[in-house]
Amino acid sequence: MPPDRPDEHPLLPLVARGLTFGINGRRIIKDVSFWIGSSGRTVILGPNGAGKSVMLRLCHGLLEPTGGEIRWGELSVSQAREQQAMASQHPVLLRRTVKGNLLHVLSVKGVARSERPALVDAALERAGLAGLGARAARTLSGGQQQRLAIARALVLRPKVLLLDEPTTNLDPAAVRGVEELIGVIGAAGTKILMTTHDIAQARRLAADVMFLNDGRLLEHAPAAEFFAAPKDPVAAGFLAGELPG
Amino acid sequence: MNEFSSAIGAALSMIVTFDAAIVEIVLLSLRVSLSAVAIASVVALPLGALIALQHFPGRRAVVILLNALMGLPPVVVGLMVYLLLSRAGPLGPMGLLFTPTAMVIAQSIIVLPIIAALSRQTIADLHEEYDEHLRSLGCTPIQSVATLLWDGRFRLLTAIMAGFGRAIAEVGAVIIVGGNIQHATRVMTTTIALETSKGNLALALGLGLILVTLALGVNATALVISDAARQRYG
Ligand SMILES: Nc1ncnc2c1ncn2[C@@H]1O[C@H](COP(=O)(O)OP(=O)(O)O)[C@@H](O)[C@H]1O
Ligand SMILES: [Mg+2]
Repeated sequence: MPPDRPDEHPLLPLVARGLTFGINGRRIIKDVSFWIGSSGRTVILGPNGAGKSVMLRLCHGLLEPTGGEIRWGELSVSQAREQQAMASQHPVLLRRTVKGNLLHVLSVKGVARSERPALVDAALERAGLAGLGARAARTLSGGQQQRLAIARALVLRPKVLLLDEPTTNLDPAAVRGVEELIGVIGAAGTKILMTTHDIAQARRLAADVMFLNDGRLLEHAPAAEFFAAPKDPVAAGFLAGELPG
Repeated sequence: MNEFSSAIGAALSMIVTFDAAIVEIVLLSLRVSLSAVAIASVVALPLGALIALQHFPGRRAVVILLNALMGLPPVVVGLMVYLLLSRAGPLGPMGLLFTPTAMVIAQSIIVLPIIAALSRQTIADLHEEYDEHLRSLGCTPIQSVATLLWDGRFRLLTAIMAGFGRAIAEVGAVIIVGGNIQHATRVMTTTIALETSKGNLALALGLGLILVTLALGVNATALVISDAARQRYG
């Protein structure tokens, strides 16, 4: 674990101890412990089926661990969730307009009516969706839907943004758009915890990498170290398997 | 054949001239069935939502029962309501038998399971899809239900229209508890059923035309609404 000092961030460090999750007698997350103190972008990397999505849901409190515990700074997972937002792999967009999706979040969170339009416009602008506000959300292209899901997560200015494979099934231009957006958000001080199975994407975005395989956390290291010389043989194999030649 | 075509001619002229007898009957039909659907909806929509969202022991059985009740034979409902409202029945003293109110009660019972079962399905499907997002946002139960009802509004409207289609075309219950009394409890279906055998073909055909138009119109409108909503909102 990288023993860096926690940055000035109310929800850090994120600490997991002996985290386990099982369903129907099958263990999906197996005794995972980690410590994340830096507000840089953390990428959970691993092959499909490794347990990345389950891990992110555990961190966000959408699933209850069957063993172990998670804490965000001083807070429990459910307390911390109020200051977090998540965009899942297949974003659930409401059957409303693009604007309607953002307004829904603001109304749920009790933001004053008079403040809502400005926040909506700012979020759309940031996500590159300005001008699409009146479109039905579910008629947008895949990349636009992903960006709307992120815009919707951002509209409340969360302290932590959890992104589950935010660019799967997108074309390269859309991937670039979403990655740029993630870069901007991270630079503005929002802690980003995201998953990907895409090594190149992890290289482009990660400050630190958590390598997950078959429910186990095999390595957690600063990105530069991890990509230069992974200590875990499975991680090394995973990286090598994706190299050209 | 000649008798038939002259009956059609007479029926059409009754319709286009807004014949008083026809207008009275059509208006009572609409009043009874719309009231029944309104009353049933007030109970069925919250009931459907409750069953869709609340975990309780025996929920599966309740869902099966509700779906089975969609096929409740109207005559049997009519018989039950008759027994309740008849002079000797528990609600006899209220003197409701053979009034439009009795017909509204019977039709409410017939359409309630239809609207409740269809809206339960709608809300359960939406909930399965939205649940994680709503929990991520930290929605209160009321906020969740409001979101689901709003996003399901077109499908819920379709459920209500299905209930109306069933009520307006139903004859078995209203004939038993209404009695087809002229100027009091005659609706389209009961008039058709009884006037045909009396040889009053023009009136029966005229009402039949209106009833068919209404029933098909309601179904077509329901389809158009749900298609338009799907195109607009996905
Ligand atoms: N609700 C669930 N019920 C049963 N098995 C599940 C459930 N969610 C995930 N799994 C299983 O857990 C494993 C990890 O899933 P997931 O976290 O989605 O992997 P990843 O996101 O890394 O591709 C997979 O084998 C998947 O089939
Ligand atoms: Mg996944």
